[in-house]
Amino acid sequence: MKLPKLTFWRAAAILIALAGLVVTFVRFTKGIGAVTNLNDTYPWGLWIGFDVLCGVGLAAGGFTVTAIVYLFNLKKFHEIARPAVLTAFLGYILVAVALMYDLGKPWNIWHPIIYWNERSVMFEVGWCVMLYLTVLALEFSPVVWEKLGWRRPQAIIKALQIPLVIAGVVLSTLHQSSLGSLFLIAPERLHPLWWTPRLPLLFYISAIGIGFAMVIFESRLSSRAFGRELEMPILSQLGKGIVIPFMVYLVLRMEDLYARGVLQEYAFQPTLESRMFWAEILLGFLLPVLLLLSPAVRNSKRWLPFAATIAVLGFMFNRLNVSITAIQARTPDFRYFPSLGEFVVSALLVVIGFTAFAVAVKYFNVFPPAAEQDERIVVGAGMPAWWEPAPAAGSAAGVGSYTRYEGLPPAGSDGPRGVPH
Amino acid sequence: MAYGMLIDTTLCVGCGSCEEACDTANKLPVKRDERLSESAFLVVTDHGNEVYSRHQCFHCVEPTCASVCPVGALYKTKEGPVGYDADKCMGCRYCMAACPFRIPTYEWYSPTPRVRKCIMCVDRVVAGQPTACSEACPTGATIFGQRDELLAEAHKRLAAEPKKYVPAVFGEREAGGTSVLYISSVPFEKLALPTNLPQTPMPHYTWEALSHIPAIVTAAVPLLWGVWWITNRRDEVAEAEHGKKTASKSEEDHA
Repeated sequence: MKLPKLTFWRAAAILIALAGLVVTFVRFTKGIGAVTNLNDTYPWGLWIGFDVLCGVGLAAGGFTVTAIVYLFNLKKFHEIARPAVLTAFLGYILVAVALMYDLGKPWNIWHPIIYWNERSVMFEVGWCVMLYLTVLALEFSPVVWEKLGWRRPQAIIKALQIPLVIAGVVLSTLHQSSLGSLFLIAPERLHPLWWTPRLPLLFYISAIGIGFAMVIFESRLSSRAFGRELEMPILSQLGKGIVIPFMVYLVLRMEDLYARGVLQEYAFQPTLESRMFWAEILLGFLLPVLLLLSPAVRNSKRWLPFAATIAVLGFMFNRLNVSITAIQARTPDFRYFPSLGEFVVSALLVVIGFTAFAVAVKYFNVFPPAAEQDERIVVGAGMPAWWEPAPAAGSAAGVGSYTRYEGLPPAGSDGPRGVPH
Repeated sequence: MAYGMLIDTTLCVGCGSCEEACDTANKLPVKRDERLSESAFLVVTDHGNEVYSRHQCFHCVEPTCASVCPVGALYKTKEGPVGYDADKCMGCRYCMAACPFRIPTYEWYSPTPRVRKCIMCVDRVVAGQPTACSEACPTGATIFGQRDELLAEAHKRLAAEPKKYVPAVFGEREAGGTSVLYISSVPFEKLALPTNLPQTPMPHYTWEALSHIPAIVTAAVPLLWGVWWITNRRDEVAEAEHGKKTASKSEEDHA
């Protein structure tokens, strides 16, 4: 067998995987303290903020897309249902893997099944995530049955489709919001710019928006990797699916901060927190909204994924601000910054996620068969194909004129199709 | 029968007998930290000017840690102490992140870590004995008893010597009240006690959100099912009408 070519991303992935093995070994032999910068003063860090809060949030496309396809019966979105469910399924598996690192005694992770404390948000999140992971496995399973040619399980899942989707939406509504509720109990341990009784509502609404953004983001990645055309008419619609929740989010958040006097008191001080707050609001939420309000952006193969990517980054910035910036601001006696080990594990999960997604797309019918598959990329790689370098812009016939993504067009250039000058 | 402890910091001479008794009772290593840690459940601090105080779990009346613990590893006893069952614990450390007094500590360098904190000698107290630290205190700075009686005693001391004491009992209302109470001759901030806590028990903040869950589920399921039913029905109707049209059209064609 010919060895796959060693591209930059593959080399990086291999390095991360090797480093990940070392960190994993130390973590499980010497304890969490040996690989993280966590301590008694600062018990939750990057693994909770990024791996869990961002991971669950970014997997929200699973419930939003299945809801619009199966409950609202918007059939044209059907072709993105599978990739969205796959993303969600992988996302939640990765969250579970992350918990194996972050929980002190991960072998007790199933304890909420037998030891109940229904007053605990964590108990509720645990149950919802367990159940939703089951729902996602069932929702994704037809892809596997189809490959194996097993008719009967396929028929069973088809019959259960609507109850499954409803269960998925309800469970997601509960735990997406509850991730925000986790922080309600510690008003004096979070900076006021982030602690609000509306945390559950804000977490939920932003998750709805970001689920759609992730679908766009992935379509963009896989279109590059597998030489598929972007499903622009559908993705443009999803662009609106980001704008509306994000606008509602901004109104609810700013109104709440203003009404409680927090905005006036804290947002205009020359502090790190106020800068982080405005960066999050303006760059993370307002900028993608403004971009996506323009039909030209929503219809642009270049700008739509760009705006979605900004939304994703803004969302992650928000979750990290809640879980790290806000808590740091109320932890005067220790300055937390994630250790190398924490970064390695988080990066490892991202690598596993991308690899698993690529492998799944390669071996299962996740995306509908494209009319013009680019065989050159799909075949021959033998490894996650999206790591292949994209062909130079404009040179790839059959992939459309869009192959390379480099953010904003250079000043003075014609810009992407349809963007106003 | 809710027990507690009253700590009169004006009587504390900083001898450390309570620390020693605590270490023995909890089988902690001799070498101990100067702040609460896995090897120190109780720490006596010198605040200067002959002012000493002790620091340990406050054993809240409505404990945040016990309310956030997903598996009930931390639990409030009716006798007062907040105990811990390491076998149930899965190590999420939500108790540490949520505790308004920042008390629980962790065995960060163990592959099988436990949450560590003062458990107010829960086994002794449940068996009707006083805590080890209060028993060891030579000056009566720490006394053990029923919480309401200790509270009355504290107020009696404040009233008897108003010039000596700050006119408040720490722990009477903080975060809904605690089993361990403090009276002091210097402001509580000087003893590093958190004075910015609300009087509402912290679990109420969460309950505001959690209590809506049954309503959300009850409303969401029929609502979502209804949405599906309507959109699905609309499609069926459209299909039927479409079918009729094509049927009648073909009849016309035939005619």
